[in-house]
This record gives sequence, structure tokens and C-alpha cells, in this order.
Amino acid sequence: MVAFTLNGQPVSVEAAEDEALLHVLRGALDLSGPRYGCGAEQCGACAVLVDGAPAYACAIAASSAAGRSVTTVEGLGSPDTPHALQTALLAEQAGQCGFCLSGMIVAASALLAREPDPDDAAIRAALDPHLCRCGSHNRIIRAVQRAAAEMRA
Amino acid sequence: MSDLDRRAAPPGKLPGNLATNPRLDRWLAFDAAGHVVVTPGKVELGQGILTALAQIVAEELDVAMARVRLQAAATPDSPNEGVTSGSLSVQDSGMALRHVAAAARAIHLQVAAQRSGVPVEALRVEDGAFLAPDGRAIGSYWAQADAALLACEAPVDARPKPPGERRIAGTSAARIDLPDKVFGAPRFVHDLRLPGMLHARVVRPPARQARLVGLREGALPEGVVIARDGSFLAVVAGSEHDAERAAERLAARATWQATDTLPDPGALADWLRAAPGDHAVIAERDEAAGAATRTIRATFFRPYVTHASVGTSCAVARWQDGTLEVWSHTQGVYNLRADLAKALRMKEEAILVRHMEGAGCYGHNGADDVALDAALAAHAVPGRPVRLLWSRAEELGWGPVSSAMVVEIEAGLDAAGNIATWREEVVSHGHSSRPGRDPNPTLLAVEYMDPPRRIPNAINPPLASGGGAQRNAIPAYRIPRMTIGLKRIAEMPLRCSALRGLGAPVNVLAIESVMEDLAAAAGEDPLDFRLRHLDDPRGRDVLALAAEMCGWRGRAKREGFGLGLAYARYKHTGAYCAVAAEIEALDRVVCRRLWIAADVGEVINPDGVMNQYEGGAIHGVSMALKEQVAFDRRTVTGTRWEDYPILRFSEVPTVETRLIPRPEEKPLGAGEASLAPAVAAIANAIHDALGIRPRAMPFTPDTLATA
Ligand code: FES
Ligand code: FES
Repeated sequence: MVAFTLNGQPVSVEAAEDEALLHVLRGALDLSGPRYGCGAEQCGACAVLVDGAPAYACAIAASSAAGRSVTTVEGLGSPDTPHALQTALLAEQAGQCGFCLSGMIVAASALLAREPDPDDAAIRAALDPHLCRCGSHNRIIRAVQRAAAEMRA
Repeated sequence: MSDLDRRAAPPGKLPGNLATNPRLDRWLAFDAAGHVVVTPGKVELGQGILTALAQIVAEELDVAMARVRLQAAATPDSPNEGVTSGSLSVQDSGMALRHVAAAARAIHLQVAAQRSGVPVEALRVEDGAFLAPDGRAIGSYWAQADAALLACEAPVDARPKPPGERRIAGTSAARIDLPDKVFGAPRFVHDLRLPGMLHARVVRPPARQARLVGLREGALPEGVVIARDGSFLAVVAGSEHDAERAAERLAARATWQATDTLPDPGALADWLRAAPGDHAVIAERDEAAGAATRTIRATFFRPYVTHASVGTSCAVARWQDGTLEVWSHTQGVYNLRADLAKALRMKEEAILVRHMEGAGCYGHNGADDVALDAALAAHAVPGRPVRLLWSRAEELGWGPVSSAMVVEIEAGLDAAGNIATWREEVVSHGHSSRPGRDPNPTLLAVEYMDPPRRIPNAINPPLASGGGAQRNAIPAYRIPRMTIGLKRIAEMPLRCSALRGLGAPVNVLAIESVMEDLAAAAGEDPLDFRLRHLDDPRGRDVLALAAEMCGWRGRAKREGFGLGLAYARYKHTGAYCAVAAEIEALDRVVCRRLWIAADVGEVINPDGVMNQYEGGAIHGVSMALKEQVAFDRRTVTGTRWEDYPILRFSEVPTVETRLIPRPEEKPLGAGEASLAPAVAAIANAIHDALGIRPRAMPFTPDTLATA
């Protein structure tokens, strides 16, 4: 049994010793936001926050989350109480297939938490490990800028 | 209908895919709760088609967009619209639905008029309610919902609204699928969870066409089931973790018989040229021309490239009482059903295929293959739904690739600086091995099942439906004498199929590069040279607009930077696009800015079109600068993102896109128009910066050094 805080709620779940956090989140914990893209820390589709810092859920064992706080895109906001980034992505229509967006939102939320007014280069640098094949990059950058302005207001 | 066998409907016939699926109730229904239920055969691929179709329907019916519910395509009830491909969905499905909705509105108003005694011409529709001149509601679509009014064939004479009266179609309505995607809600087939669902993974061989000759016994995680059919090997487990561990263990116990089947990757262009194939002259023109006084000769090459979707292919399958249910991100539910039936030797009627969204789809990727994989895995556990997910290595290594190509051009200028002659040879594999079109199935696993069956060689659709390798191979410019030849290679060591643009990226690169060299030989600005040889006024307009956007006329040479232009009308019958690219030549080439001028005829959703144009152009930058499938004599070796890099945030150019509005013209599709011109504009920008003509993709320091 591994016990940790997931999106603000205590959870405790059966997990094999080396079972990836991603599989546990998508499996026993029934989430769909964190996504499998490579399983090898190369695309960012699976990104979550562990104690507020971005982490690749595909590459860390669920057991390493014991006692810590894990936040997924579902925990950042919902249709009723959206995160500023989610509102901004919709306002900019930033996405095509949207498969990359969960990880983008998680990474951008960590960026805005430490840097409330990032410039273009800082946003590109923070999102550089995240792949988007649909070419939504510029819209995503605009959405992060919009959310940053919103959060500073 | 597919882009392969699509023919323009003769006048007086039903538009788009309505001609082959004429019953109104196959496309549209009303419910008493106030919804319009639309059932298109086209599917969402991340391109926003569902939103565009909802706009078209809401417009013609005069209902709010929020009332329109789109049902994902499924056999056997959705209209058979073939494959969602070729940038044809607005034309094929959208124009059908416009007609269907206009007809449904007329039928409903007629009934309401008869019942109320108010003349039909006096009725108005407001969000689905039928209003008399005094504002009284005398009925609604919802009140007449169960009248079976739409159980009939579409009349030929339905009258959609004139362009000037449109209020919803033509506006940038928000994507209806995007909220789910920013909140991480389950929406993709990857997120499907069914009671009792199990997880499967495939154990791939170390080489193409390898035979599984031994499988040592040994322990597996508890409850794991092995699914084997000949040399197809998969595991089914209770969790993804167990499935992955079991697949690893099984891979270590498998013995394969393998041989070299792939060409020498170091001499791919030579192999393409020497390989046997069928040759055809696809265009010939022999009009009076001046004698060629100066000749440009050039050869262009692109290696194999692949789809590289950020999500991997996935399907869920379940066998029950002799029927097979499949949930799939296929581009064509009926085509997939046809090939599953052939592969599994069963009747199509015993298979249900339901579409669910996948990650971005840019052509024929592993979506169909994984459906057969899932069916084979699920066969080992009857009654249980089985979700099979490809790994990143399978996605990059085992999905269909887009053909490597060689294009050779010899073009001559007459003494007055006009293009006089043009000879071109295109060498390529076929560009389509989509399922559902050949007597033999084209799904990956059939080459490994018992008995193994060869996947038929990829074809090139005829030019009339856009072509494959020969797509955009014929220059759009005024050229009195030309011969364009095409060799399709007879065999397909790496399975090839359709990827965004098909042959267009290489053909447009070749043509637009030679145009620059011809302009230089004529001593003329390449924009003026193009405009002087281009008769199509809409083509001239996008070229002039792109030039204006990038400041072409007033451009100043900047050390280390280059500016390039390129133009193409996609398939010669589709959307127009001109791209200007600015590159910076550092230790490698970086594309800094793109300016895109677009004309897609009638625009249903301007923001959606711009999103597609920009995404396609960024795909083009990635293909131009980075992409090639790495392989050895046995298999694809580039199976991680680091071996198949695609463009990243730090490398993405800023993009400015402008649309020329043409509300009175036919819609022309948008998804693929910008990729090829973006590739060619970058090549021309590299030439501008460095004075060398890039001839081999991707334009890396290595290939540029040999240019
Ligand atoms: S799935 Fe974790 S980084 Fe790609
Ligand atoms: S929107 Fe499709 S991968 Fe980013």
C-alpha cells in the first residue's frame, strides 16, 4: 500500500514496488489527465506536480510518492473552478488534438508559481521538454502569457 | 467515399457524401429534449472538424450551437464516409450536412405551416422554435421530433442559406472538444474504461518479417495470458504495469528467425533509383515554345519520415458470442471493419467499430494496426474488453512511414526569360496502403499471423483525386513543354502509407527550388518570376499577400539570415497557400518566422483554419529541418524521441497567418495546404542566407555540407 495526497485528498493504493506512478494514477486511481507518450522522460505528456515540482509520472515509482503531495491537471482546476491556465488555453483556443495539454498545463503552472511574469524565452524554456506534434506551440505560449497577466491582476 | 475514389458530383446531384448516403435520418435527428443529434461519418482527428460540422448544422437550422450533439462515427449506423483524409471533410461531410439541415428545416417548417395554417413563407425559426409573424410560437423541431419526418431521401433541391445570411458558419466558434482536453477529462480511446477491462502489450520481433521459432517457458506475473497467432505475440494482464513486465520477460524468452530485408540506409537515394517499379508519364504538354537557352538541372531527396504523434496508437477490443467490438481512433470505421473482417476471416456484420478520439492524426498511422492487435489479444480472453497500447518504440518503429522520394528536374529558359521546357521524374513508393481498399488486408499483424500474408504494395491514387507520390508534381506555372514521369517502386521493405501532404512536400520543394534557380538565371526577382508564370489569380493573390506580409519588396540582406518564398495550391484543386520563411543560419539552421497567406474558399471557422495552417506549417518546419526514420538492414532503429526528434518550443518560429475571405467560393479544406510550401520556403531561405541550394531533407549541417 502506498499512501499519499492526490489533488488535495488522501489516497492509499496497492502498487507493485517498481510500478510507475503514471500507471497507478491512470489505473487504480482512475484519472485520465496524465497521459502516456513515451514512458522515458522524453515528451512531458505524463507530467504531474510532486510537492509542487514538475515530475514525469512515467519515470517515477508510485512508491516514491509515499507521504507526498501529487497534483495532476484534474487537481489544478475543473470546469466549475478552472485554473487561470485552463481558462487562458480555452480563450486562445490553444490546442488541436489536445493530447499534450495536460502536461503543458502542469509544467506551466509550476513556471507561473515561481515566475509570475515570465518572458517569451522563459516560457519556451520551461515548456521545451514538452512535445506538441500539432504545432499549437505559439497559441500555448500566448495562453501562458494571458494566464500570467490574469494571475497578477 | 475516400479521396481515392471520390469524383466531383455532376450538377443537380446531391452534394458531398450525401450522394452515396442519401437518407436524411442517417445524418440528423431531433430529440424532444431540444437537441439536434448529428451522426457524420467523418471523425475528429484534432483538426476541429466536429466544431465546423456543428456550425454548419446550427446555421442552416437556426438553432444555438450548444443544441448540436455530434455522435462519433460507428458501424453500422453512421453514413459510410470512407476515410477522414485528404483535407476533404468540409467538402464531403460539411456540404452533405448543409444540404441535409436545409432539407430538414424545410420539411419541418412545411409541417408546422400545415398544422397551424400560417403560410410557410411567413414562419421564422429562432433557436429551433417556429414563430408566426406576430411572434407566437407555433411549433419547434423538438415538438415535431418523433414525427419520422426525416425518414426519407434528401431532395435534390434543398436551399441552403445564401452566404450573406450566414451568422454561425464563417465565425470562429470555440472548439467543442477542447474543454475536455484542458481539464484532463476522459475523451480519448486511451481513457476508455470498461468493466473487467484488461491491458495488453505486443512483443515485437527484432526484424521485419521475422518468424517466431521458439518461446521458452517461464514465470509470468500472476494472471497474465499469452496471446499468440503465428509470429504475432502479445500478453494480456490485469494492469498496465503487469502487461509491460510480462512483455519484457516474454521478449527475453523468444527466439526469432530474421533476415536482412531493408535497403542499405547509407545509399537510400541510389536504391530508390535502381529499384524496379512501374513507370508512367503522368503529364505531357507539347505546345509551341521558344528554344531553351539556359538549363537548370537538380535532384532532390527526402528520406522516410513518420507520423510521430505525441500519443501512441491504442484500441480496445472485446469478443462476445462470435462478435467483435472495437473502439478505435481509426480514420475510417468502415474501412477498418472491412480489413478486420479479412484479417480475421469473419463477416463484416459480426464486427462493430466505434470511433473514439486519439492523439493528433496526420495520416495513416498505427491506429488501424493496433485495432487488429487488440482483437488478436482479446481473442485469448473471450468476454473481456482488452485495451492494447503501443509503446513509443512501436509508434516510431512499426507504424506506416511516408515514402522516401527522389525528384529530378531539368528545366529550360528561353532567350526572353520564359520557362520553355520542364522534364521531371518522381521516384517513390506508393503513398497509400490504407485499409479497406484491397482484397488483402493491410493491417500490420497480418504479416505475422498464421499463415502470414504480405501486405499489398502501396498505391498512388489517381491524379484526379489528388494523387499520391505525384501529388503537386505538376508545376502550376505556365510551361509550354513538359513531361512528368513517375516510378512507383515495386516492393515496400518499409510499409509506406499516407502522411500529411503525401508526395507534395518533396514535389513542391523540388519545383519551388528550381523556380528560384530559373528566376536567378533570368535575372529576375523570384516573386516576379513566379507571378509572371502563374495564371491562376487566386494563386497570385496569396503569393502577393505573403510577400507583402514579410516585407519582401523592401527586404534588406542581414548577415546570417535568409528569407524565402514558396507557393502551392494543394493537389491543384484544393486550398491555396504561399509561405514566406525567415531562417537564421547558426551552427544549424533555425526557422525564426513564418508568414502564411491562405485561401480556402468559403471558411466555416476562420480560427480553426488558421490553427490548421499554422500547425501544418510547423509540421513542415520540423520535417524540413529534423526528421528522418533511422533504420538498419533489419528494422527501424529510431524508436525513441531522441532518435526521431521533432520541432520543440525553443525552435518553433513565430507565425503570422492571413486568410483571404472568399465566402462565395466552394470550401477547399485546410489541413495539408501549408506543409509543403513551408518546407520549400525554408529551402529558399537557406539559399538566400548561405548561397547553397538544399537538395536533401532534412536540412541539417550534414546534408547542407554536401549540397
Ligand atoms: S510519458 Fe512521461 S515523459 Fe513521455
Ligand atoms: S495539440 Fe496535439 S500534440 Fe499538442
